[in-house]
Amino acid sequence: MSETTRNGATPLVQLAPDAMTPIPRGPLPILPSRPSKMIDLTVDGRAVSVPEGATLIEATRRLSIDTPTLCFLENLTPVNVCRICVVELEGSRALVPSCSRKAEAGMKVLTDSERVRLSRRMVLELLASSVDVSTAPQFQEYMRRYGAHPERFGAAAAPANEGERDAAVPGRHHTGHGHSAATAASVAQPVKVDNDLYVRDYGKCILCYKCVEACGEDAQNTFAIAVAGRGFDARISTEYNVPLTESACVYCGNCIGVCPTGALMFKSEFDMRAAGTWNETAQTQTNTICPYCGVGCTLTVHVQADKIVKVTSPMEQPVTNGHLCIKGRFGWEWVNQR
Amino acid sequence: MDLHFTSEQATPQEQAIVDAQVARMRGDIPQRSYLLPVLIAIQQRVGWISPGGLNYASNVLGVPPADVYGVADFYALLSTKAQALNVAHICDDIACANRGGAALCAAMEAALGPAGAGEATTWHHSPCLGLCEHAPAALVARAGETASSMLLPRATTGPLLAILAGAEPVRLPIETSLPQFGDASLKLLRRIGHVDPFSLTDYERSGGFAALRRAFEMGADAVMREVEASKLAGRGGAAFPAGAKWRSVLANPGPRYLVCNADESEPGTFKDRAVMEGDPYAVIEAMILAAFTTGCELGFLYLRGEYPLAHQYLSYAIEQCRAQDWLGANIQGSGFLFDIELRSGAGAYICGEETAMLNSIEGYRGEPRNKPPFPTQVGLFGKPTVINNVETLINIPGIVLEGGAAYAAIGTERSTGTKLYCVSGDVSRPGVYEAAFGITLRELLTLAGGVVGNLQAVLLGGAAGGFVTPEQLDTPLTFEGCRTAGATLGSAVVMPFNDQTDLRQVLLRIAAFFRDESCGQCVPCRVGVVRQQELLQRLSASAPIGDVASERALLKELGQAMRDASICALGHTASSAAESALSKFAIFQPR
Ligand SMILES: Cc1cc2nc3c(=O)[nH]c(=O)nc-3n(C[C@H](O)[C@H](O)[C@H](O)COP(=O)(O)O)c2cc1C
Ligand code: SF4
Ligand code: SF4
Ligand code: SF4
Ligand code: FES
Ligand code: FES
Repeated sequence: MSETTRNGATPLVQLAPDAMTPIPRGPLPILPSRPSKMIDLTVDGRAVSVPEGATLIEATRRLSIDTPTLCFLENLTPVNVCRICVVELEGSRALVPSCSRKAEAGMKVLTDSERVRLSRRMVLELLASSVDVSTAPQFQEYMRRYGAHPERFGAAAAPANEGERDAAVPGRHHTGHGHSAATAASVAQPVKVDNDLYVRDYGKCILCYKCVEACGEDAQNTFAIAVAGRGFDARISTEYNVPLTESACVYCGNCIGVCPTGALMFKSEFDMRAAGTWNETAQTQTNTICPYCGVGCTLTVHVQADKIVKVTSPMEQPVTNGHLCIKGRFGWEWVNQR
Repeated sequence: MDLHFTSEQATPQEQAIVDAQVARMRGDIPQRSYLLPVLIAIQQRVGWISPGGLNYASNVLGVPPADVYGVADFYALLSTKAQALNVAHICDDIACANRGGAALCAAMEAALGPAGAGEATTWHHSPCLGLCEHAPAALVARAGETASSMLLPRATTGPLLAILAGAEPVRLPIETSLPQFGDASLKLLRRIGHVDPFSLTDYERSGGFAALRRAFEMGADAVMREVEASKLAGRGGAAFPAGAKWRSVLANPGPRYLVCNADESEPGTFKDRAVMEGDPYAVIEAMILAAFTTGCELGFLYLRGEYPLAHQYLSYAIEQCRAQDWLGANIQGSGFLFDIELRSGAGAYICGEETAMLNSIEGYRGEPRNKPPFPTQVGLFGKPTVINNVETLINIPGIVLEGGAAYAAIGTERSTGTKLYCVSGDVSRPGVYEAAFGITLRELLTLAGGVVGNLQAVLLGGAAGGFVTPEQLDTPLTFEGCRTAGATLGSAVVMPFNDQTDLRQVLLRIAAFFRDESCGQCVPCRVGVVRQQELLQRLSASAPIGDVASERALLKELGQAMRDASICALGHTASSAAESALSKFAIFQPR
């Protein structure tokens, strides 16, 4: 399975149906006896059936319709915040998020109407005009697909100084009362480099909540990071923006694994990019089993010029759904030092 | 869960504050739902949420510190940085800005330095404080062992500075908010100004609890039928039929919860405040009635954090009702069990949105939930939940006593009963008005003493509403009538602006309001409200990208995406005032 699947790109229709159902929180549910009840609905005029409880995105995927997603991931609880997956549902005043809206019998859904395209394009433009998406190839592909022109919103405002966005006060900003022409506000800010394993470049953060979920209830149960602030000042933060080294972080890197934009990045990759030596086309990816403990996680080892440059784990991994711990994720430094 | 903490320790004072809150927790709801009350208590006494205090609260409640920080940093009235103990929040929102609010901000800046600066005393700009009839409004919060906060009507520099330094404020009698005071035909407002808001005896003597006694005789089913027959529609903005909502909650298995929405933060809205400050027991009785009818065992009254006087009355009223057996197990021997938790907001308009309110009560960030499922199915703590506005609820006693049919005979076919209107702005006698649905905008403005100056526009429904023109004054102020006029009744804000008002400034203030108040969860709204504000700033500065026409087209597109793809009604309505103004008035025209 290729990397791109995690954002719901092209090959997703090949995923086993089970892999697309988000992992419920809490104790494992008792599985209904198969075959479960099927629900019939219409998507873009075509009939499709999905198991009861399935979401609209699953219906679109059964028809090989590639629905864009940013905040949705098969192994996380849907937060439905990015709104790029919206579809038009007959009888509903607003569009609905296909990643979380459950299919109901008789629904009539449009996935490529004028309204759908407008909202998707606008989501892309709003994000790309305020966030650095240069290390988000999937995002850029969506921009081409929907003809997004973020420059319509004007010249980007100057980046924030270090700590400035972290110090924002909810409900208070200091512009907007006068008649001065504005530049397009953005989340540009210096990269946070506070440990040797990974960096946090929140100027690339689209606030998809995935890292928070991966760090919390959906995988790691560490809760080192949360969303702080409000409105456009909302951001991912530790308590009082303390460095990761003072936070609860255990460096499992599961947040890196789910980040769709490269905002969270291995320090190795970050440094190589800075030095201009990062070259994905020259990299190989090899699956292996993590040697550290008995869980047996699958590791995908990314190697460039005989050096391990990062480690990921396939999301379809049945035991851990692509999540790892510090040893599997980062415990390869010694390999490089032989 | 093992929590990890930074090394900061709480002071003994902070520990005592948290412990005192924890000692008052109910055992039957999740601990986390005490997070906001704990944070508010720390803020009120210490003046900010310190890292040590946060660690302690986090440990006691079992909520990770990063999570607690995310919650604390969501609310405008909580500070995660050390700040002055005495803080003035000066309203410079649409009703106040031109009536001294902007001038007062300038005076504060001269006296205390820039907003937020100052060692012992500071000030901030504030969105609407729900006191628009007495513009300009200010909220003073004095933190410390004897913490106090107060809402100041017709604030002026000298007295405000004195109050910040500890002087006691002069309060205006509540009648000054009700220009119809003394009118015998008033229904919902009839007690206000005539009873002592502290006195349960006064309340009972003026007909209080008669409806509840009657309801206990009739039984819940019969009450439900009367409410359905009344065709009562929700007064919180969405006009959803109360009977249908109640029926649907009842159809789901318990435990069920009741939430009274007293967050009232829509700019220009102040009716619920007048009711709670003048007739607090009526709100309690109405909540008991609603809970009895829908089978709820616990109610939450979520009160806007900026309403300290209402808080004082309501918390006293709840204590009195408990003492006199109107709340608790087996109310007045009826066998019905019900209690009320009074919860405060902390400065977040979005928490008035019903699902954001649920998250706020549960101790999470006030981010709206995606619907469906609706709160009637999956609400507070995942249970079926009735959520109604204060004004919606206080209609229930009358419906019980006079019958649903009699109630439905008042008003129009689709908008039944009487309505509270919040009239402020350029009008002679601003205040809360009660009138049967069907009164026209012209009649209401006449009742309010007429417009001061030459009418330019009327904002209906608040920041989330829209403008009507002087030609539309015969619009009946019903849900359907406003819709036909291309506006919305919303929370019944009626704010006329005369021709001296720069509508562009009004639009810019509304745009700033949405930027400040968006929860930030979903992209179309989080970034959309910022782009909308920038666009209006460019138009105001006559510096469009491209030309005016292309900017107007861009605003339209932006509005459509916010309406179509946002999670909640804040995003859905964030562009409506701007779009209605642009379509109806000659502002920002291409040259
Ligand atoms: C941003 C926003 C703010 C709201 N604020 C309030 C409020 O302050 N008071 C209120 O009663 N309803 C408010 N509402 C409406 C509530 O979501 C909900 O519809 C209402 O409380 C239901 O009660 P009702 O049916 O009695 O009107 C708000 C909605 C939104 C989207
Ligand atoms: S590395 Fe692991 S523990 Fe640290 S923030 Fe990321 S998900 Fe949380
Ligand atoms: S850091 Fe990455 S994963 Fe986290 S919210 Fe931002 S974009 Fe999403
Ligand atoms: S529409 Fe705005 S306020 Fe509502 S959920 Fe989205 S960001 Fe939050
Ligand atoms: S993918 Fe559905 S809302 Fe983000
Ligand atoms: S109190 Fe100032 S606008 Fe409402």
